[in-house]
Amino acid sequence: MSTITDPQKESFRLSMLLYDSRYRSATIQFVAFLGFIILVGWLIFNTKQNLDALGKGVEFKYLFEPASYDINQRLLDYNSRDTHFRAAIIGLLNTLVVAALGCVAATILGVVIGVLRLSNNWLVSRIMAFYVEVFRNIPVLLWILFIFAIMTDLFAAPKAFRGDSATSHMQLFDSVAFTNRGIYIPEPLFSRGLGDIHLFGNSSIRFDVSLDLWAFVLVLGLSFWAAFKVKKRADQIQDQTGNRPKTWYLRLGIIVVPTLLLLVALGFHLGYPALKGFNFQGGTFLRKSLIALWLALSLYTAAFIAEIVRAGIMAISTGQTEAAEALGIRSGKIMSLVILPQALRVIIPPLISNYLNLTKNSSLAIAVGYMDITGTLGGITMNQTGRELESILLMMLVYLSISLSISAVMNWYNESVKLEER
Amino acid sequence: MTKSILFGALTVTALAAGAAAAGTLDDVKARGKLNCGVSTGLVGFAAPDANGKWGGFDVSLCRSVAAAVLGDADAVEFVPTTGKTRFTALASGEIDMLARNTTWTFSRDVDLKFTFVGVNYYDGQGFIAPKDLGVSSAKDLDGATVCIQTGTTTELNLADFFRVNNISYEPVPIETNAEAIQQFLAGACDVYTTDASGLAASRATFENPGDYALLPEIISKEPLGPLVRHGDDEWGDVVRWTLYALLTAEELGVTSANLSEMAAGTDNPEINRLLGTEGTLGEMLGLDAGWAQAAIAVGGNYGEVFAKNIGEETPIGLARGLNAQWTEGGLMYSPPFR
Repeated sequence: MSTITDPQKESFRLSMLLYDSRYRSATIQFVAFLGFIILVGWLIFNTKQNLDALGKGVEFKYLFEPASYDINQRLLDYNSRDTHFRAAIIGLLNTLVVAALGCVAATILGVVIGVLRLSNNWLVSRIMAFYVEVFRNIPVLLWILFIFAIMTDLFAAPKAFRGDSATSHMQLFDSVAFTNRGIYIPEPLFSRGLGDIHLFGNSSIRFDVSLDLWAFVLVLGLSFWAAFKVKKRADQIQDQTGNRPKTWYLRLGIIVVPTLLLLVALGFHLGYPALKGFNFQGGTFLRKSLIALWLALSLYTAAFIAEIVRAGIMAISTGQTEAAEALGIRSGKIMSLVILPQALRVIIPPLISNYLNLTKNSSLAIAVGYMDITGTLGGITMNQTGRELESILLMMLVYLSISLSISAVMNWYNESVKLEER
Repeated sequence: MTKSILFGALTVTALAAGAAAAGTLDDVKARGKLNCGVSTGLVGFAAPDANGKWGGFDVSLCRSVAAAVLGDADAVEFVPTTGKTRFTALASGEIDMLARNTTWTFSRDVDLKFTFVGVNYYDGQGFIAPKDLGVSSAKDLDGATVCIQTGTTTELNLADFFRVNNISYEPVPIETNAEAIQQFLAGACDVYTTDASGLAASRATFENPGDYALLPEIISKEPLGPLVRHGDDEWGDVVRWTLYALLTAEELGVTSANLSEMAAGTDNPEINRLLGTEGTLGEMLGLDAGWAQAAIAVGGNYGEVFAKNIGEETPIGLARGLNAQWTEGGLMYSPPFR
């Protein structure tokens, strides 16, 4: 008589961790992970012990001592009595300003150059190829210093604008002054402004919210929303009847008229820079360091973006162009309606990494004395307080946060434009 | 990627701190070379000449220390440091001592954990302006653009001065003296501010020094001196007493001309103790008996070094002023060699 027995259960033996291929990889990973943790622990422990031996424990109280230094470019109010923390915020805003300006300029330039490089016009495409090769093959630090040096030597000092025998004059109907300290442009002013709201009292994170700006943004936003509704309606009518009503003047009016009315109501006018004392006063002052950094980062990154755009366009098969031509679409429209929307899904992922590069490259600002976060927190604050480790860790955290935020936004955008694949 | 940078930074810190703990005097002797931090180039104080050989007032002190410790004034590795990099270089052990127009302040001494061993130049912060700017006082500088070297005490003094006098200014932070001078000469800033000695030294290199004037205000006290890491007193003593040896030599009339004659023995016991023919001062420091003699032989006594590098006969043309011996109304006062 035979009995049916279950196959004997294989008992687990320790040696199987090494000799059984089902477990081996997990064992190796676990050992590697353990080694990694021990290494990290040793580094942290060693660092802490050595810092203690030097009598310098890790602590962040220094951030709330008075900074005692001045910062030239500040988007929020700041004086030398404010804390190091506030100085770091001012620096962070300066980083964000140059990164945002740089990303916008680099994208516009890069797309134009990338498209033109594919032009059938031999001269245009050669010039663009030359631009790309020159800019991406020279370190960006040299471009920053180069533009800085050019501005120092090309433009005159403010005193050359003075007196009857002035050797330099303001440009564009006396509204813009190019000096070797920077460029002074007119600033928007409101004679019947709504004032500001002060937030957070006198703390290190205080800031003023300009009600004029918010009113402007609100009205403009509402106008665009209304114009969009009009367009929707036009689309609907077109779908139903086949005839598209002419709405462009209506949409233009909806956008322009309320904004103009608001500007008049607030008493909008331009404040022009004028030479007074040692410098031009009034107007907005774009410092030489900002311009050098902004231009150099934009021109340099634009060369990379141009190549990405070119690659994206070339990834779209010529059949698409031919099909569009067969439908009778004009060549300019083919690019903007058929090719670029499809090319975007190829373009955006590498574009993200270029935005990240631009942002991180902005830490070269110190070469021209632009007070970004590397200049304030990682420069003067670190130097005056001697808190290197803390400052560097904070800066790494800041750059990491900025980069991850840019990635998140761009990935979200990528999701929204990518082709629906079925 | 970010992780590996973090660990890299931690490793560097860990290694650096490890290096700092050992006895510097033994390290220097074992290495056979002194690593001395100097400025990136300030004529008269520390600058390489046409042949790449470093010279100047601060450099001379490095050479004297090297001569006292190693018996060779050329056994020095000069490490150029900027206002920003100098303290990290010293704290990390990259350099053994820093002789770089560095102001002795409370926080640097106490909080940054350095030991200032003395003062080799009493200075103050001044302003230089082109004569055609039409400014006769720093208080007229309302709204002016001011070039400063970033990471220095001058940056803080400047902020305080303008704040106290309730006038505004636009700071232009710059990394090195040379770049600041370039911006100043191009008119990208109205005035340049740093230690008055540095201004005088820089003006000597201008094409038309006569077109520029120092403003009368001295807005700060800037005692400049050599410094070493905190907690290594033996090494601190070596640097301190090398400086005092040069000062005492001037006070006692020991010069490079009569040095060998005096080293043979004199009637003055203090000179004998200084030059090692009497007593065991060198041994106490862990050096040869002739350490001070070697230090003085490099460039003469303090007065000679001053006169040769930055004195009134040089293009820099600084008067002794506060830096004269105490016997002549100055502040230079060495404790006795006893």
